Amino acid sequence: MPTTQTTPADDVILETRELTMRFGGLLAVADFSASFPRGSITGLIGPNGAGKTTCFNMITGFYRPTSGEVLFEGVPIAGLPAHKVCRAGIARTFQNIRLFNNETVLENVMIGRHLRQKTSWLQTLVFTPASERENRRDQARCLELLDAVGLADLAGEKASSLPYGAQRRLEIARALATEPRFLLLDEPAAGMNPQESEDLMGFVRAIRQAFGLTILLIEHDMKVVMGICEHLWVLDYGQTIASGPPEAIRSDPKVITAYLGEEHAHA
Amino acid sequence: MNLATFIQNILNSLTLGSLYALVAIGYTMVYGILRLINFAHSEIFMLGAYFVFWGITLVHLPWPVAMVLAILVTASLGVLVDQVAYRPLRDAPRISALISSIGVSFFLQNVAIVFFQAIPREVYRPAWLEDPILVHGVRVLPLTLFVPLLSLVLMLLLVYIVYRTKTGLGMRAISKDIETSYLMGVPVNRVIAVTFGIGSALAAASGIMWALRYPQLQPIMGTIPGFKAFIAAVFGGIGSIQGAVIGGLTLGFIEIMTVAFFPDLAGYRDAFAFVLLILVLMVKPTGLLGERPEDKV
Repeated sequence: MPTTQTTPADDVILETRELTMRFGGLLAVADFSASFPRGSITGLIGPNGAGKTTCFNMITGFYRPTSGEVLFEGVPIAGLPAHKVCRAGIARTFQNIRLFNNETVLENVMIGRHLRQKTSWLQTLVFTPASERENRRDQARCLELLDAVGLADLAGEKASSLPYGAQRRLEIARALATEPRFLLLDEPAAGMNPQESEDLMGFVRAIRQAFGLTILLIEHDMKVVMGICEHLWVLDYGQTIASGPPEAIRSDPKVITAYLGEEHAHA
Repeated sequence: MNLATFIQNILNSLTLGSLYALVAIGYTMVYGILRLINFAHSEIFMLGAYFVFWGITLVHLPWPVAMVLAILVTASLGVLVDQVAYRPLRDAPRISALISSIGVSFFLQNVAIVFFQAIPREVYRPAWLEDPILVHGVRVLPLTLFVPLLSLVLMLLLVYIVYRTKTGLGMRAISKDIETSYLMGVPVNRVIAVTFGIGSALAAASGIMWALRYPQLQPIMGTIPGFKAFIAAVFGGIGSIQGAVIGGLTLGFIEIMTVAFFPDLAGYRDAFAFVLLILVLMVKPTGLLGERPEDKV
């Protein structure tokens, strides 16, 4: 595919073009066209049901978009199966935590290594030195990741036994294990108290730095959104109603009506 | 009943029980991962036995070599069945794959009738398995030691694969949440193929040993053991490997011991398993170790 876009490909890591998802008669997301500069932290906000998670699902290959395209480093990926998108370098976490509850914390992270392991399943069955070496190296790497998210001490615990905030961090560690360059976080601060949200903001910045990530996050906690995002996209009923730096979004009348207004009404 | 007979009965129960267990593991693994009851599994069991018969009579292979080869061929066949009959239906409603498995079952049975003919065939049994030996004064059929021991080895191997290898971790991940497994980059289709291979290999091993125990081959030989192994899997809690082993052994013991203690009931032997199934479904539908289906939010 030619990569001659209007924006230089090395500045924009991911770009969506008129991404549209229709479920029967429902237009969940309409013509979502956005671009994400490499190394940025971007927020995707909007009221419940605005189509934010649907966007995540289309970008990660979980849904095949009805129309439109996703370009990851200039390569079209819309419609690829989820594990190929993951292999390409896009990883995510979930709004409702989706850990493998019966496995240990370490095993949950090891699952993320699966696609980066080179030895075949047959080699692991017969215990070849190469597969053993790889396994040891990956375990060490996963322990490092757990250390980075502050869970190294709990590596042997069952994932379901972790407290809520730790489960969210474990999901991030599992996503990092797939070696992503683009990380999508679906409501990372959900259910956190103000102190935890504060820590989360520092944590997100730290992993961007440490792993060279570009981050796109969905979040309802406006303090978090305004605190770490450099750019925002606002969805309402599937339509993109605004985009810009947080300060501009904060004062955008359309956004206030659609989103912040509603937020105030609830408060 | 004297002690010697009792010991023989225990060994018989263990033998039958492990044969059921090996087949039940295949049902339970496939169910755990795909939520599919693979009705073709009993035909895989049957074909494993026939392949050994071929290896010995047509190619004149030594018995152990024929057994290993037959297991490998049957495992490949199991993978092929998945690729052809189930994989295209991965996103279809669950009932479609179920119907497909019934179709594969009939198809394989009829292929067997065409290739092997419907007449029952005698199976060659090596003398070292058949000639009774004396253990502490008790006459024991070596086969009744060989079958439980080989089954144990195979099950330990399975436990190793499922709990110590990355493919096993993939299996556990997929059975918990196939969608998240895709999103985390697990090569889902390859792991499923390996699962079918392993399940089919165990079924083949069971079919081969079954043919040694009851030395007759016929294309419908898989049906009743297959049903019973399925019941064993449901009894133990479908989806649980430990449950399949416990279920298989329990069924083996019930069948052998009831006949041993109440010889008059021998004619009802096949009915025990089905009575057990009805009881389980009435009292504890999830089986002994089965998990209650989680509500997904």
